[in-house]
Amino acid sequence: MEVFKHDKAIVGFMKNAKKVGMFSAFMIIASLLLLMTKGLNYGIDFAGGTIVQVQYEGKAPIEKVRDTLAQNRAYNGATVTFFGSESEIAIRTKSTSKAVDVDVSDDMREILAPTGSFKIRGVDMVGPSVGEELRTKGLLAMVFSILGILVYISFRFEWRFAVASVMALMHDVTIALGALALFQIDVNLPILAAILTILGYSLNDTVIVFDRIREGIRTIKSTHLDAIIDESVTRTLSRTTLTSLTTFFVVLTLYLFGGEVLRGFSFTLLVGVVVGTYSSIFVASPILMWLNFSVAGFRENEAAKSKREKEREKQRAMYEQGTM
Amino acid sequence: MGNLNYRVVVFFFAFIFGIVFSIPSLTQSFSNDTNQTKSDSSGKKITLGLDLQGGLHMLLSVKKEIALESKLKSIGTSVKYMLEKEDLVFDNLKIDNSQVTFELLDNDDLPKVDKFLVEDFKNVTVTKSKISEGTGYALSLSEALKKETEETAINQAVDTIRNRLNDTGLAEPTVAKQGTDKILVEVPGVKTAEQEQHIRMLISKPAHLQMMSVDEDRANRVYSMTEEEARQYGDVIFPDVDNKEQKYLLYSVPILDGSMLTDAKVGHNQKTNRPEIDFTLNAQGSKIFGDFTEHNVGKRMAVVLDNVVYTAPVIQTRIGGGRVQITGNFKEKEAADIAIILRSGSLLAPVQVEEKRSVGPSLGADNIKASSIALAVGFFLVILFMVAYYGMAGVIANFALIANLFLILAVMSLAGATLTLPGMAGIVLTVGMAVDANVIINERIRELLHQGSSITKAIEQGYNNAFTAIWDANVTTLIASVVLYFYGTGPIKGFAITISIGILASMLTAILGTHGIYQWILPKIDKNKLGFWFGIKKEKGAK
Repeated sequence: MEVFKHDKAIVGFMKNAKKVGMFSAFMIIASLLLLMTKGLNYGIDFAGGTIVQVQYEGKAPIEKVRDTLAQNRAYNGATVTFFGSESEIAIRTKSTSKAVDVDVSDDMREILAPTGSFKIRGVDMVGPSVGEELRTKGLLAMVFSILGILVYISFRFEWRFAVASVMALMHDVTIALGALALFQIDVNLPILAAILTILGYSLNDTVIVFDRIREGIRTIKSTHLDAIIDESVTRTLSRTTLTSLTTFFVVLTLYLFGGEVLRGFSFTLLVGVVVGTYSSIFVASPILMWLNFSVAGFRENEAAKSKREKEREKQRAMYEQGTM
Repeated sequence: MGNLNYRVVVFFFAFIFGIVFSIPSLTQSFSNDTNQTKSDSSGKKITLGLDLQGGLHMLLSVKKEIALESKLKSIGTSVKYMLEKEDLVFDNLKIDNSQVTFELLDNDDLPKVDKFLVEDFKNVTVTKSKISEGTGYALSLSEALKKETEETAINQAVDTIRNRLNDTGLAEPTVAKQGTDKILVEVPGVKTAEQEQHIRMLISKPAHLQMMSVDEDRANRVYSMTEEEARQYGDVIFPDVDNKEQKYLLYSVPILDGSMLTDAKVGHNQKTNRPEIDFTLNAQGSKIFGDFTEHNVGKRMAVVLDNVVYTAPVIQTRIGGGRVQITGNFKEKEAADIAIILRSGSLLAPVQVEEKRSVGPSLGADNIKASSIALAVGFFLVILFMVAYYGMAGVIANFALIANLFLILAVMSLAGATLTLPGMAGIVLTVGMAVDANVIINERIRELLHQGSSITKAIEQGYNNAFTAIWDANVTTLIASVVLYFYGTGPIKGFAITISIGILASMLTAILGTHGIYQWILPKIDKNKLGFWFGIKKEKGAK
């Protein structure tokens, strides 16, 4: 099967770069607005608090549970939602208890006793100090990932490639966060893992496009970067789309079948895969162009590099032959 | 047949390696059997994380201020012992405002006191003051000692909790210090709420045992006295274990405490046959206890556990040998628990919960089921897609993918890594991303075939062209997952591990392995059947 024909005409991506750029800018501004107005809905991992997961025999009497808790002084601020199925509910409170011997689940067992027959399947409690620590660590993880990637790309390509790819990353992460704010998804540790995976994944895509551009600069005769980019991106279009598709499939199955716990995680990834694919074609490459990347300069550098290498090899050969 | 080459041989061995070492994990771990015994020697297995097998995870911290308080108390106890041993005349020994104070009535004894203070009380800050008769002493903890005490409190809490949990025969509890001031407790396979409560009780009980003498001079005023008043006399008021209304007035400086205890077990009272706890003191404890009972016949001595008086008998005679009983209205099980707790040592300070995650076994089973289904469906879709799109080239890529999965499991089994729910997600994601290398390679090969290259050249050149892209892409993903490993906790670390192993394994299987297979079967590849082999139609342009 072939969807992307080899002889397909080169697509003029860069011609439309400005229009697409406007679209990206719009998405970013919208995301930032969402983040500022609605804000991220931090889950207990980062904000601290308690979640009790309760499973009833049959349909959970959610209204009854709400009423019962509303009358209880300690838990009247709790929110109760269905969790994954009709028979399961999650009770969330902002409060935490430091006592080891008595526990929220003991309390709930007592308070909810009149609401029906149930069992407590799980309790998550994160104290405020731990939440703060996790927040700091999460932020540091993002910063260090981006730094590490920046250094590696600069080393393998050129600084403009690094800057362009990191800007594409920021673009992806901002939009993913915007989606989290829009749908008010609980931001917990797995979401952080998803965001970092998006960093890796989107970069993966960008690197493969950049690799082709780098190759294009060497092999394509034109000295116009936009032409080179157009041809290179067209060449990798099939790969970019196919890989994104396979990844999208598996993330979608994770979203559909992976259970409630992984839902936020896989949702974030779904957004990330789409945005990451888009950005590697429509964001990273134009930025490279706008950063005044010079094809001639790159070629000169490359030539100088290979000349140096040849020189070194020659010397080594002479040395080995004993002529030096 | 074909050209056997090192690549395909390496791939073959990796495949076998992957299968052999993942079998123990596949046959056992996924059955959600929480009673895994470590003696089962059929091979190393992947440990299931608490989110998959169910269990209790807690991050605890120690109440430092109480550790300091109890350190001060034990200094008070030692000072009292030394003063009595040297036969010195003193008065008003008490603990107040984070210092131990006493008055030495005869100034001729000053050198003796100063000597033992210097020798036996290192890092204790001593201030002296003149009083009408003799000298007033105030001892407080120096900064260094405070720090040391806090550290000891943490380390001792780790050891104590570990001992307590090990003593109950639970399946492989983990107790470890995390960072500088936290304790990580993980107990897998907790099945019922009662079990969990029992564990929490074992952890939380400070088990601070003290032998204290009753202040007989003021004992009859105990019900009219406030705590504040009691403190002024250097006393404390503790309730009785059975009847909270009954109160005892005790000297706040204990005779001795649980640190001098060597063993504790459940015994039965000879007369009533009720359970009691018998404990044995070490040599120093026996000596102090013997001396004390000898000098205080006719007075009462209270056995106090966690600030509750269990028994306060009148001393009839000197008790030597260091054997003491705690009687009280114990149930058999309760007595057994207290014995365990006393035996494993007291907590210098009580612990408190900073983070707790408890996953019931049914929830863990659901998590395994959901993620396994996702893995199976995702895997099936990708396999199907690759064959449909690339023909035989897709089949070859699928071999690599299967080998990759086995390798992830094998490496995790051998390393004893923990598989968590995000870890399962990581494996699912790897399935999607690992075929990426083969997509890149196959697209390159197709491109070269379209340009009219021979099959041999298309394959060799295709692998060459694809390599740098795959390499750079994998390294960047690896950077992100390594960072995640170092900054993530618990389940998230599991995600970073599976992703990292998956990427590394894919280099072996998807690049080296498939390349080897192509070289091996090269003679078989029919250049007129490119549709079958590479999923492309032969075009006019191709020669």
